[in-house]
Amino acid sequence: MPRMTMIEAIRDAMDVAMGRDDNVVVFGEDAGYFGGVFRCTQGLQQKYGSSRCFDTPINESGIIAAAIGMASYGLRPCVEIQFADYMYPAYDQIVSEAARIRYRSNGEFTCPIVIRMPTGGGIFGGQTHSQSPEALFTHVSGLKTVVPSNPYDAKGLLIAAIDDPDPVIFLEPKRLYNGPFNGHHDRPVTPWSKHELGEVPQGTFKVPLGSAAVRREGSDVTILAYGTMVYVAEAAADEAAVEADVIDLRTLLPLDLDTIVTSVRKTGRCVIVHEATLTSGFGAELAALVQEHCFYHLEAPAIRVAGWDTPYPHAQEWDYFPGPARVSHAIREVMEA
Amino acid sequence: MVAENRLSFHVPEPEVRPGDEPDFSDVVIPRAGSVPRPSVDVDPKDIRDLAYSIIRVLNRQGEAVGPWAGALTDEQLLEGLKHMMALRAFDARMLMAQRQGKTSFYMQHMGEEAVSCAFRKALNPGDMNFPTYRQAGLLIAGGYPMVDMMNQIYSNELDPLKGRQLPVLYSSREYGFFSVSGNLATQYPQAVGWAMASAIKGDTKVAAAWIGDGSTAESDFHAALVFASTYKAPVVLNIVNNQWAISTFQGIARGGSGTFAARGLGFGIPALRVDGNDYLAIHAVSKWAIERARRNLGPTLIEHVTYRVGAHSTSDDPSAYRPKTESDAWPLGDPVLRLKNHLIVREVWSEERHKQAEAEVLDTVISAQKEAEKHGTLHAGGKPSTRDMFEEVFAEMPPHLKRQRQQAGV
Repeated sequence: MPRMTMIEAIRDAMDVAMGRDDNVVVFGEDAGYFGGVFRCTQGLQQKYGSSRCFDTPINESGIIAAAIGMASYGLRPCVEIQFADYMYPAYDQIVSEAARIRYRSNGEFTCPIVIRMPTGGGIFGGQTHSQSPEALFTHVSGLKTVVPSNPYDAKGLLIAAIDDPDPVIFLEPKRLYNGPFNGHHDRPVTPWSKHELGEVPQGTFKVPLGSAAVRREGSDVTILAYGTMVYVAEAAADEAAVEADVIDLRTLLPLDLDTIVTSVRKTGRCVIVHEATLTSGFGAELAALVQEHCFYHLEAPAIRVAGWDTPYPHAQEWDYFPGPARVSHAIREVMEA
Repeated sequence: MVAENRLSFHVPEPEVRPGDEPDFSDVVIPRAGSVPRPSVDVDPKDIRDLAYSIIRVLNRQGEAVGPWAGALTDEQLLEGLKHMMALRAFDARMLMAQRQGKTSFYMQHMGEEAVSCAFRKALNPGDMNFPTYRQAGLLIAGGYPMVDMMNQIYSNELDPLKGRQLPVLYSSREYGFFSVSGNLATQYPQAVGWAMASAIKGDTKVAAAWIGDGSTAESDFHAALVFASTYKAPVVLNIVNNQWAISTFQGIARGGSGTFAARGLGFGIPALRVDGNDYLAIHAVSKWAIERARRNLGPTLIEHVTYRVGAHSTSDDPSAYRPKTESDAWPLGDPVLRLKNHLIVREVWSEERHKQAEAEVLDTVISAQKEAEKHGTLHAGGKPSTRDMFEEVFAEMPPHLKRQRQQAGV
């Protein structure tokens, strides 16, 4: 199997989707000729022509609205918002329109679009190149929200998202574009070519939306994570010297509750990890579900490790980012409870 | 040293308020027939003045004059008159139904009937409108069953939208009427996207976008214009300037500074202003813009100059912010009356036939209403099921919604 970075895997997914379905179109700011500021759409315009892959004006609302209009015509747009931090001008189109068109028209009009957005921190991106706004999407009825953590999943999930009949928010942790990252910023980063999940099948293959992956198995504690935090969780478990079930959620909505519940009932302990700010973050939903479904199996409170409730700072990057030290501390806390 | 002047803050105010004499003396109304009709492939630079004039066909005597006249047959005009009369009668009945508690809400079209009724007849089957909540004429003139509109308004057991949507926010793919949203202006750039899709696929269909004067202030108005212009999308961008956005006069959206049509010019989009109470002018101008779009010549912006005679909605009382008699003073008159007079001048219509037609239209509306009410009104009779509430959030119901549906006991 070929080795790919996450960028190459995402590009390959769009290439495959465009190759087998003329209705798939790709566009966004700098997504056409230049191939995207992260190179995710490189070569697609040359291969499929500028009516299938093109640059747009700098107007996020316009990008999403155009995609919605195209989807109601019958196309399957897969569009890019350059940074998740810049989706706010499009939020009205996403929440009031994309998410609800099927419901309000009783299925007469549907919105099979994918909105790709680079997300997450750990890159000295400061306040507007680091945010993790997933909770602003999972709170919206009618949206599906996906966060891949490796090239294999990124391709399989993106093809599944493009084929999906509903609007999908596809958040790509940009910190993982070139290699996995466990929060140890002082150590060299290994590229995806050295990682087993950098092996990506050619052609069409899908990772179904709504299924989590158990990254490692252990009986001491369950760690719920997604995106970059999957690798932080693994490192933290090693450093805390515990046998952890590390669950990569992959899709936040629909959520694979069965995998979570089975694991927490087995371990009796749960740590929830995300980069996004704590208060009303997706971790709150996870904690609530864990206590509703696993209360009598819990031997300690389910606790959350998350970004602080501040805007994402620049100089204080590693004080903000929930790295392995904070996560392993939390693991020891639930183990001792 | 020059003495510093203190700054002052400017808030536009309408010329008149309740109790004042209505005044439209600042509205410049060109003579009917005075505006030229360029060919559809004209260089947009050569018709910039059309954004500052008003294209009119019907003169004070009820005659159709000038280069925009002559496109419609007697039969087509009579049909147009009946559509407008039907919309007006429909509005009156539904307004009453709301007052009787049969529904929670209604919005009428009084004074604006010509805009959507005439535009609809300029489209081809398969074209798609992205309407606001005040273009039901697109449905009426498109032949959509009135009883289905009422079922939607009543949220009854036959409501095509299963009771999920507020009254008047209709949806019909088959009739080229995109699902209406409560969020203003969102549909404007969506129409552009639909048109882009038609061009991408090498189709022959065009889209029509709709917005009111007040909503042109929304960001999505700008988004639509820049996308439409950039991609030369086959779309007609309609602005219905009825002078009022609920209680705010058009000056709050900065009307009066140039025209709403003129905003297209900055994007290189040719823009026309049309007498929004002149069925013939609207049809001719719409046809022109639709033909431009269909010939791949790009978008056109049309400002329909009209007046919102009725209240904004059944929840609004205009006497709190404008003179009660303002609509009587509106210089472009009443669209139904003007077309009626024209047909009388053409000697294909008469006062008696008009009265008879009014009675017939009312009968049609009342029998549709009876039919709809057999299937329930908002608080009585048949209604959509609670199960319907959980359907169509997604194509397939995900596990969490199945759990919630079970909790709801359905």
